[in-house]
Amino acid sequence: MSEETLRTTEADEGRLAVTADRDLGGPDGTGGGAVDTADGPARIQGRSPWQLAWERLRRDRVAMISLAFIVLIVLFALLAPLMAALTGHGVNQQFNDVGLTPEGLPKAPNGTFWFGTDDLGRDIFVRCAYGARISILVGVVATGFTIAVGVVVGLIAGYYGKVADTILSRVIDVVLSFPFLLFAISLVSIVGASLSVTIFVIAMFSWASVARIVRGQVLSIREREYIEAARSLGASSTRIMFVDVLPNVLAPIIVYATLLIPSVIVTEATLSFLGLGVPAPTATWGNMISEAQAGGLYQLAPWFLAFPSLLLLVLTLAFNLLGDSVRDAFDPRGDRMLQK
Amino acid sequence: MSTAVTPAPSRTGGSSDVLLRVENVVKEFPVASSKLFSRSREAVHAVDGVSFELRKGETLGLVGETGCGKSTLARCITRLYSITGGTIDFDGRDISRLEGSELRDVRREVQMIFQDPYGSLNPRRRVGSIISDPFVIHGTLDGQARKRRVQELMELVGLNPEHYNRFPNEFSGGQRQRIGVARALALQPKLIVCDEPVSALDVSIQAQIINLLADLQAELGLTYLFIAHDLSVVQHVSDRVAVMYLGKVAELADVDDLYGHPRHPYTNALLSAVPVADPNAAAQRERIVLIGDVPSPINPPSGCHFHTRCPKAQELCVAEDPPLVPRFADAPGHVAACHFPVADGEDLSKAEASIEQEDASDVQVDSVLAGLADTPGFSTPAREEGAR
Repeated sequence: MSEETLRTTEADEGRLAVTADRDLGGPDGTGGGAVDTADGPARIQGRSPWQLAWERLRRDRVAMISLAFIVLIVLFALLAPLMAALTGHGVNQQFNDVGLTPEGLPKAPNGTFWFGTDDLGRDIFVRCAYGARISILVGVVATGFTIAVGVVVGLIAGYYGKVADTILSRVIDVVLSFPFLLFAISLVSIVGASLSVTIFVIAMFSWASVARIVRGQVLSIREREYIEAARSLGASSTRIMFVDVLPNVLAPIIVYATLLIPSVIVTEATLSFLGLGVPAPTATWGNMISEAQAGGLYQLAPWFLAFPSLLLLVLTLAFNLLGDSVRDAFDPRGDRMLQK
Repeated sequence: MSTAVTPAPSRTGGSSDVLLRVENVVKEFPVASSKLFSRSREAVHAVDGVSFELRKGETLGLVGETGCGKSTLARCITRLYSITGGTIDFDGRDISRLEGSELRDVRREVQMIFQDPYGSLNPRRRVGSIISDPFVIHGTLDGQARKRRVQELMELVGLNPEHYNRFPNEFSGGQRQRIGVARALALQPKLIVCDEPVSALDVSIQAQIINLLADLQAELGLTYLFIAHDLSVVQHVSDRVAVMYLGKVAELADVDDLYGHPRHPYTNALLSAVPVADPNAAAQRERIVLIGDVPSPINPPSGCHFHTRCPKAQELCVAEDPPLVPRFADAPGHVAACHFPVADGEDLSKAEASIEQEDASDVQVDSVLAGLADTPGFSTPAREEGAR
């Protein structure tokens, strides 16, 4: 993080950036203690690289708009029961009389059914809200598992090196060369489709790329002098890995995680679409897209396909754009953000 | 320097004031083989049988060219590297093979100050947390007491204790080095290994850090192993000085003896390379310019490692490794590893080696020209000039 960046951010908030060079204090070991008194020492605060990144992110309009969309969809998901109460429609409740036309076809969006109904006369609005819960839950939980496993494996492989690295790197290679869909199909056909199996399948195939990224970063950080300094103080390997190495690889991990969430959400939708994800009556966006597509129903009822697809698109796009912005924010050369 | 220069040391050992005794330490790094199935037995001989003693409260300077094994030796003593051979006695016991909790106990006593003040502090952690690391790791202080002690340390090294919550990137190079000093002092070690602590700093800041180290030594009775490649810095801080060349100690003496009566031709060459502030004096003196490069430590030369570049080299130097013993009528503490030591007043710049030494630059040009001679249409530059 450049000093220039620091100054700019502090100046922006009307503060005076004091980078007092206290080496002028002299060799007597007492060093001038009065340097900061003019401005009041309490006003000068250390800014962590995290704070600087957050400052940059806050100035990034795209990031903030994306974040707003994400927050909206998360609220939509969290308040799903409220939506159900508001409309008076249960998530799996079928309205054969009011929800379907006399011919038995879905109804277009109207005052009662804001997003229209599906082929069974269920409220698409309420189902979208409940579907968002599944998407976000899978997105966050599977990404969490993925990152946790990937970070630990990457840290161990990178820090210990030698045999540990060789073995773990081969395992990573094997996992990455597995055909994902084939494995998912065969696993689901054995243990049956469920939410936890979906999360497990996704996490199992994503941790390897995280581990590889972390390993590469750790390899370079391991050789830094501050790691030697920690070792010469007598720090244990575990302490060095988690206290000294991990904070320095967190930035790429966070960037990767923000980009991983949308891909996990899409994967979940894909699996559900193929009938391998969360099983049928449960509302998920993937299930809804699959049902809308079955028998060409979307030609008669385009809203059936449009709303879950649109939500999926918006959420994925927002996460992807946010991920890009997070990466820019952590880039020390990303000063252009400040000039906006 | 505050500490008095101790009288001629006894090489017999066993005296109780010896803090560190390094004996015949060897450190080799295996060179990775490029072939898939054959394991090559080649190794870089970074430290090749170094022995010396360090007495309590003194400063031993360690000088030598880049790549001569100074830093490797420092990392062997602080047990960042495990040594290939020899022993390292600290405070009367061999620490070179300790593991686990015993090693951790030794680490409290032996600390290190690193060369690069930018690389030796974790950029993601606050200064207070960096300096309190030693207390956390060894579980000696907690909570408020720890914070108070850290702020005392910051004050001791001339930092503002209010900067406790700042990050390393908010400090200048000299201040960062002070942070490194504070961290090294935290556990009140007996020995501090300074690995080129000032070579990354501005000259004006160098003096401050050196004076700080000297003051701390006087105040806390520290013992320093001070590594540098700047001879004037070493002369200023050291009681005794060891000169290293290609993994071996070439000469070891009290600071005045070494600078006044250098015996080893390599020491003479190093000293003649020190810049002199007076331009007239600089113009008058004869510089001893060494030919060629430092040989590869993978395949060090036979006998005396320096014979490939030494102006006084003879057949004996190729055949036999000179022992590190007093030469001429020197004090027993002034030892040099040279068969043909330089006498006081001898002009080394006029000396000529009696063995064949290759001049790297000539050899290269010749071989390139020989290779090109076969190329059609190529004529050597000399011939071309003649044709014109």
